[in-house]
Amino acid sequence: MTDLERTSPLHAVHEAAGASFTDFAGWQMPVRYSSDLAEHHAVRTAAGIFDISHMAEIQVVGDDAADFLDQALAGKLSAIDLLQAKYSLLLNEAGGIIDDLVVYRNGEHEYLVVANAGNHDAVVAALTERAAAFEHVVVMDRSDEIALIAVQGPASRAILQATEGLHILDELPSLDEVKYYRATGASFENGTVFIGRTGYTGEDGFELYVDAADAVELWNAIVAAGTPLGLVPAGLASRDTLRLEAGMPLYGHELGPDMLPVQAGLGRVVALGKHGTFIGRDAVEAGPADDAPVLLALVSEGRRAGRAGYRVLAGDTTVGEVTSGALSPTLGHPIAMAYVHPDHAEPGTVLDIDVRGTRIPATVTTLPFYSREK
Amino acid sequence: MADKTTLKYTAEHEWIRVEGDLAVIGITDYAAEKLGDVVFVDLPAVGAALSASTVVGEIESTKSVGELFAPLDGEVVEANDAVVDDPSLVNSDPFGAGWLVSVRYDALPDTLLSWDDYAALVGE
Repeated sequence: MTDLERTSPLHAVHEAAGASFTDFAGWQMPVRYSSDLAEHHAVRTAAGIFDISHMAEIQVVGDDAADFLDQALAGKLSAIDLLQAKYSLLLNEAGGIIDDLVVYRNGEHEYLVVANAGNHDAVVAALTERAAAFEHVVVMDRSDEIALIAVQGPASRAILQATEGLHILDELPSLDEVKYYRATGASFENGTVFIGRTGYTGEDGFELYVDAADAVELWNAIVAAGTPLGLVPAGLASRDTLRLEAGMPLYGHELGPDMLPVQAGLGRVVALGKHGTFIGRDAVEAGPADDAPVLLALVSEGRRAGRAGYRVLAGDTTVGEVTSGALSPTLGHPIAMAYVHPDHAEPGTVLDIDVRGTRIPATVTTLPFYSREK
Repeated sequence: MADKTTLKYTAEHEWIRVEGDLAVIGITDYAAEKLGDVVFVDLPAVGAALSASTVVGEIESTKSVGELFAPLDGEVVEANDAVVDDPSLVNSDPFGAGWLVSVRYDALPDTLLSWDDYAALVGE
């Protein structure tokens, strides 16, 4: 470990809980506490609590905030309601993806943009640069002040309702009322906690934005309330297998600066219908080349999983590359996402993954691999 | 559980328990912990000739793939079918039920590490 590696405000809590750490985008974050499989299953059946304080939070404030975000991002952020969240993309001029983001509207003229840790600098720089054309907007990087705790799983709502000291503010929706991709707010200690019904696991769950100074107390209060309901602390290893089963892309694997949204299956995220322009629009409208690879889902039998970087073959021809893969803990068979030539993307097509010299048959299917019963 | 201090080790995180002209081989608790939950184990077949420092098998977790290196020259006399059927034994009992292969060897390489050397290597 070097001094250059950053740690979360919750680091000491994780150490006391026996976590193993991994480097993630320059942060030392928990990869697992005991067993990543047990943590995965806990989220599917009860709940898990994740520290994702490495994520970047950027506040956008001002009379021009909505117009600015409409121009800076690929989605129509002016159209979302107060306390609504939207998944969106920050594109470069070539239509490539600088980052994927969740944007919350927490005031008429105020938004919170949540970016991946690895893209913190790029997102802050792009938003700051793009804001220069607007007179009444301020872009403020709040990443160091805000800790982010995710509680995910079918028991998560009951756990937060039982958390000592966490009280939903009077005029805001209760945890029973707040819908998926909507947000509410609560008091905790002397501050407030912003709570989104969002997540990255394919389960019901909440993400809690809290003052870094209150993070340890909030984490401990949730763990105390949740442990009797099956809550376990969960690390990034289980977070990755959970999001993969749910078919959610991970920046640097499924998303990158050379991928157009439509290639990643994110065409619906881009608001071509909205008025005015946004950066990357022309390239998105022009579309990718006819033979540009497309993201698809592959399932195999047995236990040997394709992994990022492995070749995908049709006969003896390489037609693509795996971007993420694992033996699915929930489904019990290997799953993978891959970029593949569009001629081989039809569901039902049988391809091969070159798993370190052994060809493992893999069938093209549709995402997600797993969806919860609703 | 075996007495870790009586085993030999490699820098690739294998342990070797010498029983006469047989060497029983597994991976260490340190390696198992680093891999995470093991979900797939591929071992060399009985009768296979092993050559030291070559890759002879794979140990795969949800997150990553670890290669099994032959710590010495020899012939596989037994592969642990139980660990192939239940790879979690590598995590739950790496020095016991999670053993991987038993090998008949001619000579022990002098590069094998003692427990003290290995413990120093992994910072225990």
